[in-house]
Order: sequence, then structure tokens, then C-alpha cells
Amino acid sequence: MTFYDIKQKYNTFNFEKYIANVSDEMVKNSIQKESLDEMDFLNLLSPKTLNYIEDIAQKAHEISLKHFGKSILLYAPLYVSNFCINNCVYCSFSTSNNIKREVLSFGEIEENCKIISGYGIRHILLVTGESNVKTPLDYLKKCIEILKKYFDGVDMELYPLDENGYKTLANAGVDGLTIYQETYNENLYKILHTKGAKADYKYRLETCERAGAANFRNLNVGALLGLNDFVSEIFFAGAHAKHLQKKFPSAEIGMSFPRLRPAMGTYHPKTIITNKNLIQAICAVRLFINRINVTVSTRESNNLRNNLIPLGITKMSAASSTEVGGYTKKEHFDGQFEVNDIATVEEVKEMIYQKGYQPVMKDWTIL
Amino acid sequence: MKDILNIAGIDLESRIFIGSGKFPNNEFIPKIIESSEAQVMTVAVRRFDFENPKENILSYIPKNIRIMPNTSGARNADEAVRIAHIAKAAAKTDLIKIEIINDNEYLLPDNYQTARACEVLSKEGFKAFAYMNADLYAARDMQNAGATAIMPLGSPIGTNKGLKTREMVKILIEEIELPIIVDAGLGKPSDACECMELGCAAVMINTAISSSQNPVLMAEAFKDAVNAGRKAFLAKIGIVSDRAKASSPLTGFLQDKE
Repeated sequence: MTFYDIKQKYNTFNFEKYIANVSDEMVKNSIQKESLDEMDFLNLLSPKTLNYIEDIAQKAHEISLKHFGKSILLYAPLYVSNFCINNCVYCSFSTSNNIKREVLSFGEIEENCKIISGYGIRHILLVTGESNVKTPLDYLKKCIEILKKYFDGVDMELYPLDENGYKTLANAGVDGLTIYQETYNENLYKILHTKGAKADYKYRLETCERAGAANFRNLNVGALLGLNDFVSEIFFAGAHAKHLQKKFPSAEIGMSFPRLRPAMGTYHPKTIITNKNLIQAICAVRLFINRINVTVSTRESNNLRNNLIPLGITKMSAASSTEVGGYTKKEHFDGQFEVNDIATVEEVKEMIYQKGYQPVMKDWTIL
Repeated sequence: MKDILNIAGIDLESRIFIGSGKFPNNEFIPKIIESSEAQVMTVAVRRFDFENPKENILSYIPKNIRIMPNTSGARNADEAVRIAHIAKAAAKTDLIKIEIINDNEYLLPDNYQTARACEVLSKEGFKAFAYMNADLYAARDMQNAGATAIMPLGSPIGTNKGLKTREMVKILIEEIELPIIVDAGLGKPSDACECMELGCAAVMINTAISSSQNPVLMAEAFKDAVNAGRKAFLAKIGIVSDRAKASSPLTGFLQDKE
């Protein structure tokens, strides 16, 4: 059974009606439970929970401390290409945007790696647009070979592959996959993704399961917040993560909460996810899946990132560039999205220390 | 006479092993070692970080402390063996705590894979400390495979729930010749004391110390509890009875004059 099958069970479920009937007692009960089911999780995403935001934050903090201690893993993304066959209206890399397109040469990748590893970064996330012509599997394999010379952990955020594709990458030394469903709402998904391979909702939804079957160590999911309503998106992303944890117990499951940032094009978010909602979501997921990794990128401001640390963040990017090969460029334009926190690695480390936490630069060893 | 724990050819006066993974700052490490009087610290090989000395735990462990690398992150015997090789080259030690976890929800160790790794690594000359789910058959397999010590969990790691596996650990102490070191789940000093009273050779503590408000003081509390439990074990604890024994109702008549 894939997550697509599980999700079908909710086709007739009325989220709005359920949420409207969530009571204070239900919220309090769900917060104090040791083991939460799907409906508890949903209770915690309801507006009623905002009245108990400090309680849920305390609980999330306590659970995070027990399972992860006071440490935050730092990583950086490396964008290797912005060629993309998709036309996602909210993304700068969309085919309909007239931006400078490029693919990094292996020499350029090497140069970027030198700079990033020079910051002390040991974990890298390779990011690429969707083009199996400009960035085919062989190109990616060669990228990984280079990355492994500089980094101890290599994760990828790339277009969906079949299971064999992931096996090839796993054998080449990739540890993890990040892929966002963007929206879990199938109808909306089809409206937002009309062209390219990305138009196949089910294929994208089952991506992590193909990577899990190929023995990936880290599987990271998320919804792009702002495309659709907050409650159902976080609910399905959490249920997705839970399903992956059950199906692939040896994998570390993670979740990100990317909020839409200004990008090229004219798209404006449908909903604005407030900081309070973001915190509610992060805490609810922590209570629902105690051991989940939670990543916060430089999409968020330095100040917010700082305050999120004790709520159960386990991974943070630092000194990120969302431009192709952006670490070696003198002039900057056309990133995938606007970076919000521009602090250097040293500054982010200092911020974490100030908060009474420990920045961890290396949390894996290439075997 | 000093009460010495001889393990892997090393004489230890302390029976508390410390985990290193969850402290808010590496600068805590020497302080924790001092207040707990521990002589052995385990460090995940995945956290060895020679490129970032400030973030590298190894830079903070005093020279007189034995480092026991662990194979955290290994999902099977083969990965544990590969991590052990990296550990030996980097930390220059034969000690290895085998930690093989194939379930990220509860982080329970995989006994079958652990026994296999014990066999391979012991043959290569490693001193294998086997972190395991308290089970007699698996412990026997690990013993037969050449393990140096058996490390059953008290309860799932990070839970601070205490010695939930008490009855199984008692059986291991009785049946297994190797030192039994309870690892994981001990939340309070009294839990550690309980292990030592039962006859465990030592205990391993991490979360209970690192998640307390005052880790240095808590490390000292654990040291005291371990010492108390050990002394009680050596002194032989008196028989525990359900009721007071003031008289001899069944045989008292023997005192009567016939």
C-alpha cells in the first residue's frame, strides 16, 4: 500500500467540519497523550490549539530534548542547474520565466564545493531543476563523486526518478532525498502543474517510497505552505511522514515547512501562514512523530530561526545560495527564491551556541 | 581492597560509562567526566569531525579517558563493521560499541545483526561491546561470537523510563559470563543504583544527564548512585520479605519441653 492509497481514504473526509468541532478538551487531551493517532494530530492543527500554543511548545521542546538533545545539524544547498521542463507558477525556474539558464560544469562544481566546505559545512544538499536532458542520471552520478570528496553527507532534491534511478544514486553514495509534494490536494496540484513530468500527482506522491525501496537513509517531505489551506496540507504531510516511517523503519524521516517566498513571476500565495501557525505545525508534528527530523532553511528570517531552535528543529541550512553555482559568483540574481537569512556559517553557529544549543557540522561518515 | 572492573584488559575504578551525543555544548564534556568520575566515554563515529575542531567532541575528551567509539547509524552488520574500521583508524582503539538500529521509531537494536557484527569484529581483534535488546539467546550468541561485554537496554533509548527490562537483565546477569552493562533508558540515579544492586558490572548514561537542568550535578548524582548500588551488591542485600517475621508459628513448638 502506498501513501496514495491511504490518502484516498480521506477523499470524503470534511476537514472544515471536523476542525470546527474540535473542543478545548480534545486539544488538551491530544497534547498530553504519549502516543498520538491521526485525529489527535488533526486536533493539534485546529485553531483551538492556538489557545494552548505555549503548552504544545513545552511538550514539543521536552520530546525533542529527549530524542535529539541540544544539537542542530547544519547543511548548505548547492544548485547545479536551473533548466526545468515544468511550469510551476510559484517557482522562478518555471519554463515561463525568462531567466538565464545554466548547468554547472564539473569544474564549477568543484570550485563551489571548495568554498562551501571552506565554511566548515560537511553536509550538502544538491538541488537541480527537472531536466533529464540537461541533468541526466550520469551527470548526477558524476556530481555525487565530486561532492563525496568534500562532504560527509550528500542529500539530493531533484526531480522524481524510478526505483532503479534511486538505486543508482544510492550506490553512488547519496544518503537522502528531499522532495516536496508542493500541495497534497490532487485537484489543486493538477491546476498548478499542467505541463511536464510533474503533472503526474501520483508519481510524485510515491517518489519517497521508490527512494525508500532503494535504501535511502534520509527521506524528507513537505508541502509548500501558502499554496493551499494550512490544516489539510500539514495533516497530509505529517501522515505521509508517518507512513514512510512505518514502511521504511531504517530510514530517518524528516519534514520541512517551506513557506512561499517571493520568486520570479506573478504568483501570490493563496494563504499566508503566520509565524504562530508555523510554530503550531512544527510542534504538532513533533508530538505526532517524536523522532522526526525538522529542517528550517534560510527561507525564514534569522530572528525566527533563532526562536524556532528549542521547539524541535534538528537541521538548518546556513550561508545558502539558491542560485546555480551561487557560491562562486560575484553578481547575484535569479535564485530559486529569495534567501531571507543571509547570516554566515560562523554567525549561525554563534546564534545556536547563544541559544544554549550545539551546532553539529558532521553527523555522518561515508562508508 | 579496591573494587576494580577489569574489562577488555583495562582496569577501571569507575562503573559509569558516559554517552556524549546530547550535550548543549562540548565544553560540558570535561566537566561531566570530572563530576561523574567516569573513565570511559562513548562517541559516535559519525560525529568525529576533524575539520571543525570546535565542534569535534574528541577535542574535549581528556587524554586519560578511554574513548569507546560507537557505530551509531549502522543499519546492519556490514555497515557496523565498516564504521568500526573507520573508528579504529581515526581513534586508534580496539574498543567498539556495536550499535545496529534498523528502526528509527523506537531505536531498538537489531540483535541478530549485532551478533553477526560481534563475530566479524571479534575475529579481527576488536573488543566488542554489544548494545542489545535484553534477550538471553541473543546474549549467548554474542558471547559465543567473542563479544567483550553485553549491553542490554533498560528501556528504549532517550525515554528515561528506567529499568523496564529488569527481569530479563537479571537472567542475563545469572546466565552470561561477560560483564553486563545496562545501556539506554535509565532516567534517574535510582535506576542506575537498581542495576548495580542487581549485579550489573556498570551502567551507561547519556540522556538522563544531558537533559537535566544541571548536567554536572546530575552526573555526580549518578556517580553516587552507582557507587551505592555497587557497594550494596558487594555487601549482599538482605532477604526481602513480604511480612514481618517476629516468631516461628510453624516450628516454634520445637522449643517446648517435651
